[in-house]
Amino acid sequence: MPQIMNPPSSSRIKVRPATEREGRKDYISIRDYGFWYGQKKALDAISLDIPERQVVAFIGPSGCGKSTLLRNLNRMNDLVDGVHHEGDITINGRSIYDPGLEVISLRRRVGMVFQKSNPFPKSIFENVVYALRVVGVRDRAVLEEACETSLRKAALWDEVKDRLDDSALGLSGGQMQRLCIARAIANRPEILLMDEPCSALDPIATGKIEELIHELKDQFTIVIVTHSMQQAARVSDRTAFFYLGKQIEYDTTEKIFMNPSQAQTEAYISGRFG
Amino acid sequence: MASSTDSSTPRGEAFVWFTGLGLIIGLGMVIGLLSLVIVNGITVFWAPQVPVAQVDDGRTLIGQLAQRRVRAGSPADKPRYELQYQVGLRELNGNSYLWVDEAKIKSESFPADVLGLERVENGPAFVRPQSLRKSDGKVIAATDAGFEDAFQAEVAAAAVVREKLIEITRHRIGDVNGEMDKARVALRRAEDLKLADEVEARRRQIAGLEERFATLQAEAKKVVEGGAVASLISKDASNREVVVPLTQVIRAWFPNRLDTWGRVKLFFSRLGEFVFDEPREANTEGGLMPAIFGTLVMTVFMSLLVTPFGVITAIYLREYAQQGAVLRIVRISVNNLAGVPSIVFGVFGLGFFVYVLGGSIDQLFFADQLKYNNNTPVFGTGGLLWCSLTLALMTLPVVIVATEEALAAVPRGMREASLATGASKWQTIRDILLPASAPGILTGVILAMARGAGEVAPLMLVGVVKLAPTLPFDGSAPFLHMDRKFMHLGFHVYDLGFQSPDSDAARPMVFATTLLLIVLVVCLNIGAIWIRNRLRARFKGASF
Repeated sequence: MPQIMNPPSSSRIKVRPATEREGRKDYISIRDYGFWYGQKKALDAISLDIPERQVVAFIGPSGCGKSTLLRNLNRMNDLVDGVHHEGDITINGRSIYDPGLEVISLRRRVGMVFQKSNPFPKSIFENVVYALRVVGVRDRAVLEEACETSLRKAALWDEVKDRLDDSALGLSGGQMQRLCIARAIANRPEILLMDEPCSALDPIATGKIEELIHELKDQFTIVIVTHSMQQAARVSDRTAFFYLGKQIEYDTTEKIFMNPSQAQTEAYISGRFG
Repeated sequence: MASSTDSSTPRGEAFVWFTGLGLIIGLGMVIGLLSLVIVNGITVFWAPQVPVAQVDDGRTLIGQLAQRRVRAGSPADKPRYELQYQVGLRELNGNSYLWVDEAKIKSESFPADVLGLERVENGPAFVRPQSLRKSDGKVIAATDAGFEDAFQAEVAAAAVVREKLIEITRHRIGDVNGEMDKARVALRRAEDLKLADEVEARRRQIAGLEERFATLQAEAKKVVEGGAVASLISKDASNREVVVPLTQVIRAWFPNRLDTWGRVKLFFSRLGEFVFDEPREANTEGGLMPAIFGTLVMTVFMSLLVTPFGVITAIYLREYAQQGAVLRIVRISVNNLAGVPSIVFGVFGLGFFVYVLGGSIDQLFFADQLKYNNNTPVFGTGGLLWCSLTLALMTLPVVIVATEEALAAVPRGMREASLATGASKWQTIRDILLPASAPGILTGVILAMARGAGEVAPLMLVGVVKLAPTLPFDGSAPFLHMDRKFMHLGFHVYDLGFQSPDSDAARPMVFATTLLLIVLVVCLNIGAIWIRNRLRARFKGASF
């Protein structure tokens, strides 16, 4: 039987060379981090540094803890009952668990885009400026400017500029996801977390979002969780591979995909398991 | 629908029929109830032909057929019927309804000159007019060509006089009386505190009011004497002469002469009176405007009170409270509150709202009123406010449960999206959760309104009365009088059905009032559903 669908293999994936930029090498620093949902340990002894203004991809099979780690970077998992952690995560040298740091101000600095686009049932304009509204910005001119800037950055401005007052729920799936990105960057966070942002999108919309990630990394540090190895290879500078709550390997994307040092990583990216 | 294509349902499966039967019984009961109420309620206003019946004991009667039933003790194979006629003229006949054995009626005819009258006092009358003494003193015989036109013109003229009289006696003299009461209380207070100046001023005020009262009375007398001389001379069934002053006549019609259009006009005229006028004759006649208004205002206030209370409670329970054993007990208690008999809420309302809260308000703000007006309470007695509060408490669980469910149904993604942008919990609730759960909350409010609008038992304890002299809303400050007692359609049904001195006369009104209550509740619900659907349309397509 002829092979119609080739499994993704390292030889087929084109890897962009990592870009070196100015900035802290340990902008986000995760140290000996463990995390429990009740009795179940979801993360075990994670230690990795995410440099400033680079794109880091988390890959691994379902249930490996990559989303859990991502959601802990802005403490979204605090909403779940009965969770606790060990170790520490620092952003720019300051612990996110610092009692003096309010979760709200952490989340204002760490924006997030979810797997399923989740626009509010409001107008496009109100969706984008929501983050500014909650910090009390009233000035219409400021809001309008922020709206345009964010939508331009999210490559959505030209498509929606004439219907900003229409409901966001009338947009297409790809537009909605880009709207969510615009919403996440409207209050200029330093870090953007993306939890499988393209998993529900078609290839064209995916391509647009990936292009967007390239544009955005000049200004934001981006952490992206993805199931698509090609995507990780296309967009990220560094890649971390997780398996069963453990960090197996973390290195430059080039190294991970071309010459992984762990057999498990090799097996996963060549499609032999996962 | 599935039977032809869905092979998983075998033909003739018993449970299809069994469950279908449940639906049919339920539907049948609803349709039966509604048609009974509608038929009985609507026909009240229809004017049928009125027979003149000869009974074989020599009596003659003129009356509208009210009902027909099997005589007690008549054999089952050959039932004998008896008929009930509404003969009117209560002052002469003693009772306006009469039962006659059907077999004893010798003959029935429908002469064109039978006249039906609705009167201010003593109920309706069915007579045969003889002549009309007009207000200018001229007399026209009933056989004259211009009789009917002249008669209806005089009835209309008399109605104007009556309206004027009501305006003077009820409203203007009522206002003077109200002011007089206040002035007397103030006078007593001034005398007690020995404020010589104020005593003097109050005495002068009272004298002025007494003068106004006398003027108004004189005016009323002049109106009566000036316009009310027209009267109808007629004969009743037993040839007794009946003289009816036309100021007494609200409506007059010739039931055997009317064409269909005339009957339709009469029907709507009566329906209009029923909806827009005040009740007469111990509530068995006239309109229900005060009761409609009272029910509406009370239901609206109840909704305004219960919605914020319920929503705030539900937000705390769902969003802030620590989920655990204590919360489960609280939730069970709230749900059980919905099952408490409503009269219990009435007793609580009387004991707590009226006596404790109302009493305290009176002590604090109306101490003078209590001291100088024979301890007459203001808020320390039943009233609109306490009724609304009592029913709000009763319907609270409905709103809490609906709101909790609506909040729980808001997609997790929306909540997370808001929190991830750095919104606080309260901002998320206010800006995202509440708008998104508004349709669900409104469903709860609709249920609460439906329950509250039809509730009677607790209201009887906390402020609903048989006949309220004033509406809870009028032109005197502060316009909305939350302390006033009011009339309620539900209580009106009870009062008509069980407390009325003339139960035969009240029966048709019971159905008409019930129909009106149903219509009112349906209207309130349609209004709320309309609002809910508009809200829903805004969130259409929101799926996560």
